[in-house]
Amino acid sequence: MRHLLSTGDLSRDEALLVLDTAAELAQVGDRSVKKLPTLRGRTVVNLFYEDSTRTRTSFELAAKRLSADVINFSAKGSSVSKGESLKDTALTLQAMGADSVVVRHNASGAAHRLAEWVDGAVLNAGDGTHEHPTQALLDVFTMRERLGRLDGLRVAIVGDVLHSRVARSNVLLLHTLGAEVTLVAPPTLVPVSVHTWPCSVSYDLDAVLPKSDVVMLLRVQAERMHDAFFPSAREYSRRYGLDAERFARMQDDAIVMHPGPMVRGMEISAEVADSTRTTVNEQVTNGVSVRMAVLYLLLGGS
Amino acid sequence: MCAQSRAERDSQVFGEGSADPRGSGPRAAATARTVLDGPEIERALTRIAHEILERTKGGDDVTLLGIPSRGVPLAERLARRIEGVEGRTVPRGSLDITMYRDDLRLAPARALGRTDVPPEGVDGRLVVLVDDVLFSGRTVRAALDALNDIGRPRAVQLAILVDRGHRELPVRADYVGKNLPTSLRETVTVQLSEPDGHDAVLLGPAKPRPGEEG
Amino acid sequence: MDVMTPSSAAYLIRGARIAGGDAADILIRDGAIAEVGTGIDAAGAATVDAEGLVALPGLVDLHTHLREPGREDAETVAGGARAAAAGGYTAVHAMANTDPVADTAGVVEQVWRLGRESGHCDVRPVGAVTRGLGGVQLAELGAMADSAAGVRVFSDDGTCVSDALLMRRALEYVKAFDGVVAQHAQEPRLTEDAQMNEGVVSDRLGLAGWPSVAEEAVIARDCLLTEHVGSRLHVCHVSTKGSVQILRWAKSRGCNVTAEVTPHHLLLTDDLAESYDPVYKVNPPLRTAEDVHALREGLADGTVDCVATDHAPHPAEAKETEWATAAMGMLGLETALSVAQHTMIDTGLLDWPGLVERMSAAPARIGRLAGHGRPIAPGEPANVTLYDADTASDIDPAALASKSANTPFRGMRLPGRIQATFLRGVPTVLDGKIQ
Repeated sequence: MRHLLSTGDLSRDEALLVLDTAAELAQVGDRSVKKLPTLRGRTVVNLFYEDSTRTRTSFELAAKRLSADVINFSAKGSSVSKGESLKDTALTLQAMGADSVVVRHNASGAAHRLAEWVDGAVLNAGDGTHEHPTQALLDVFTMRERLGRLDGLRVAIVGDVLHSRVARSNVLLLHTLGAEVTLVAPPTLVPVSVHTWPCSVSYDLDAVLPKSDVVMLLRVQAERMHDAFFPSAREYSRRYGLDAERFARMQDDAIVMHPGPMVRGMEISAEVADSTRTTVNEQVTNGVSVRMAVLYLLLGGS
Repeated sequence: MCAQSRAERDSQVFGEGSADPRGSGPRAAATARTVLDGPEIERALTRIAHEILERTKGGDDVTLLGIPSRGVPLAERLARRIEGVEGRTVPRGSLDITMYRDDLRLAPARALGRTDVPPEGVDGRLVVLVDDVLFSGRTVRAALDALNDIGRPRAVQLAILVDRGHRELPVRADYVGKNLPTSLRETVTVQLSEPDGHDAVLLGPAKPRPGEEG
Repeated sequence: MDVMTPSSAAYLIRGARIAGGDAADILIRDGAIAEVGTGIDAAGAATVDAEGLVALPGLVDLHTHLREPGREDAETVAGGARAAAAGGYTAVHAMANTDPVADTAGVVEQVWRLGRESGHCDVRPVGAVTRGLGGVQLAELGAMADSAAGVRVFSDDGTCVSDALLMRRALEYVKAFDGVVAQHAQEPRLTEDAQMNEGVVSDRLGLAGWPSVAEEAVIARDCLLTEHVGSRLHVCHVSTKGSVQILRWAKSRGCNVTAEVTPHHLLLTDDLAESYDPVYKVNPPLRTAEDVHALREGLADGTVDCVATDHAPHPAEAKETEWATAAMGMLGLETALSVAQHTMIDTGLLDWPGLVERMSAAPARIGRLAGHGRPIAPGEPANVTLYDADTASDIDPAALASKSANTPFRGMRLPGRIQATFLRGVPTVLDGKIQ
C-alpha cells in the first residue's frame, strides 16, 4: 500500500500491523529521548484546507518523533487562498520533494485526487464527509488498549452518521477487525443505503446502551440543526445525548469515546465527559502513536 | 506477538513479500547442513553464561538485552543460567533495532520487534546485548544507537551464538558461542525451540540474494 | 429552412446499407437526394465507396451545450459544430445557458448566425424559459420564436423551472407558436449541494446524494400540468427507472410528453465515481445498473423518444479538481452513435430503423426542425451519415474534435466509426476526416 486513503483498503493483517506497530511506538512517548531516527531526511507536508489544530499537531508530532522534516501548509495565508487549485498545490509540493502529504480537505475524495497527482505517500487526515482513517485507527487502538480485544466487541456509534467521516472509517475498520457496530442516530442523520453497511442501525439509544462495550459519540455540528435534521438541540440531547442517567445504565466496564472537540451539554454531559471511563485524552495520546505507525509503515521502507 | 518470527511479521508489512534481514527465508532449507545441534547450543550458552559471570565479576549490575527475534530467547536462556549459578534475578529484556536500521529504505517497511526494557532501566548498568548471528555488524551498530536513546549504560558488551565473519563495521563480540567461517553467499539459520520447536544452527547454500545483516 | 449555398458537386454513394437494410447507391445532387437504387450510373459525380457502411439520415441532437457566447475557452459554436459533424450530426440544438443567457432574440440570432457561418452543422438555438435562467419571470419566448433563429424549444437546462405556476405559464404560452418546454427535472431543495446519485456509492464515498425522486417528482408534476393545459412537454436527460415508469404512465393517459436519454445514462453507472474523478460528474448524475437497464428498455419501447447528447464541454481545469468543485457535464457528440450502437443495436434492443427514429427523426420532430430527420429518399434534403458499424476503437480524448476533452468514455472500446457526414449535399466529414 502506498497511501492511506480509506480504512476500507486495510486488510485485517494490515490493520493489526498498524495497531501492533503503534503499541511498540507508544513507548517512545514515555522515554526521555522521544525521538527515533527512522525518517531522518524525509519530508512530510501537512496540507490542511480545514482548521484542525488537533489533528495537524498530532501528525506534526508523530512525524517529528520519527525525525522527519515537517512542513505545515495551511490554506489560510498561502497560495491556496489566492485561488490556486489543489492540483497545482500538489505539483508544487511535489517539486519541493515532499515524500508524504498529509491532507485535510473539506471535499470528499480530495485525498484520492491528490494521490493521483503526487508521487509521495498520501495520508488522508479527513476528507469532507468521506473518511478519517487515522482517527478510526486511534479509536480502535484505544478500544484494544482499554478492553483488551476487538473481536466481538459491541460498539455503538451515536450521532450525525450521515456527515461523519469518523463514522465511515470506524464502521469499515471495526468490521474488518471483527467488532459489531450499531449506529444510533435520528433517521435523518443516517445514510439512505445504511442497510448495505456492515453494521446495524437503531434509532433508540436507550435500547442499545446496555448492550454496548463502547459508546462512541460523534460531533453534531450546529448547522445541522438549521438544516432541520432535527427539531432542536434540546430534543436531540434528550433522545441522543449521553447524560449521567444514561451513563449509569451502561455496563460497568464500558467506555465512552469522542473524537473531539466535544460539545458539552448537547452530546455529552459534563460529568460523563470527565469520567475516567471516557477516553478522550487517551485518544489524543494514542493518536500520536498511531500516526507514527502509519508514517513509519508508509515511509519507513523502500 | 513476540513469538512471531521476524519472517512472518515481515511478510505482513502492507502486503509486501518477505524481507527477512538475515536472508534465511524458510528457516529449514532442505539442503542446509547442521553446524550446531541442540546439545552443542546448550553447551555454548552455558559457557557464555560462565564467561559473563567471570568477566563481570559476578555480574551484579548486568542487564541482558536480546535483539529480536532470536536474540530474545537467547538472552532469556543466558539469564536463567546465570540465575542458576548466582541464585538471584538477572534483569533481561528485548531491544528492537528496526527503527535504527541503516537499510530501511532497501526493503518495504518492516514490522517492529518488541522493545522491553526491565523496570530498573539501563542507566549505570552493564548491558550485554545478545543476538544469534554476528555478520556485518550493522545490527549491533543500530542496537548501540537504540540503547543510547533509552539511557546511559556503564558499559555495553556483546554476546553472540554464531560469529560468521565478514564484518563491515568495527564491531567485535565479547562472548562467542561458535566462530563459523562462511562464504558471503552462504546463509546461516539459527533455530531455537521457543519459536521454531527445536534448536539448531544450519549452514545453507548460496541464495540469490545473500543476507546482509548480522 | 436556412439553405446554405447548395453545392453543385454531386456525390454517388455506392453500396451503403440504408438504415441497415440492403446495399444501395445514393446519388446526391444540388443538396438533395436525387436517386436511390442499385447500379446508379452518374457521370461527373464523385464516388464514395460505402461498401459495408450503414447510411443514416443525418443525426439531430436536441441537447447540446456549445458554450458560446461566454465560455469560448470550453467550446465555440464553430468548434461544437465540427464535433457534431464528426459525430454524424447535421443539426444540433444549442442550449440557452450561455453568458449572456440566450433569453432574447438578439442572443439566439447571434448563436444561429455563428452556426450558419460554421457550415459544419445546423445550429438551432434553444431559448431560455425564464430571464437569465432565474426561474422568476418568463423570457420573451415569442420574440425568440419569431426571430431569424425560429426558436421552438425552450429550456432553462442546467436549472429546473421549479416554480409550478411559472412552469404552467410557460407551457401555456408556447402553445401560441407550437413551441415545447424542455424541462430539466430537478427539484432544487432535494438536490442542494448534491454531488452524485444518492445510494450505496454516494453513502460510501461521502458525497452528498442526488435522489432519484428529485427528478421523478418534477416529471410527474409537469406531465400533469401539461395534460391540464393541453400543451407539449419535453423532458431532458431522463436518468432513472422511476422517470421511465412515470413517462410510460403519462403517455398512457395521453399526455403530450416526449423525453430524451443521454448516451452516458445508457451506459455508465454511479460506481464510476469511486475514483473521485469528476470526468464522471454530470447533471443528472450517473445512476445505477437498474436505472440503465430501465432507460434502455424505455428507449426501446418508445417511452423515451430520443437520444440527446447533453454534450457539455469543460476546460481541463474545471475537471482536474476535487469532485465537489468540479463542473458537471460530459462530452457526447462524437461518441453518441457508438454508444447507441453498443447499448441498443448490439444488444438487440433496437434495429437500425429504430435507432434512426430515435437519433434523427424524433428529435427533429420534437424540435419542429424542418429539413432534418427525413428519410433517405429521392427529393429529401441530402443530410446523410455514413457509419462503419463493424469496427471498434478505444476512445482517445485527444483525438476528439471538441475543444475540451472531458469524455467519460476515454479508454473504453466502443464500436463504430463515422466515415462521412453530408449536410445538404456538402460533405462535412469525408473518409473519417472533418472537411
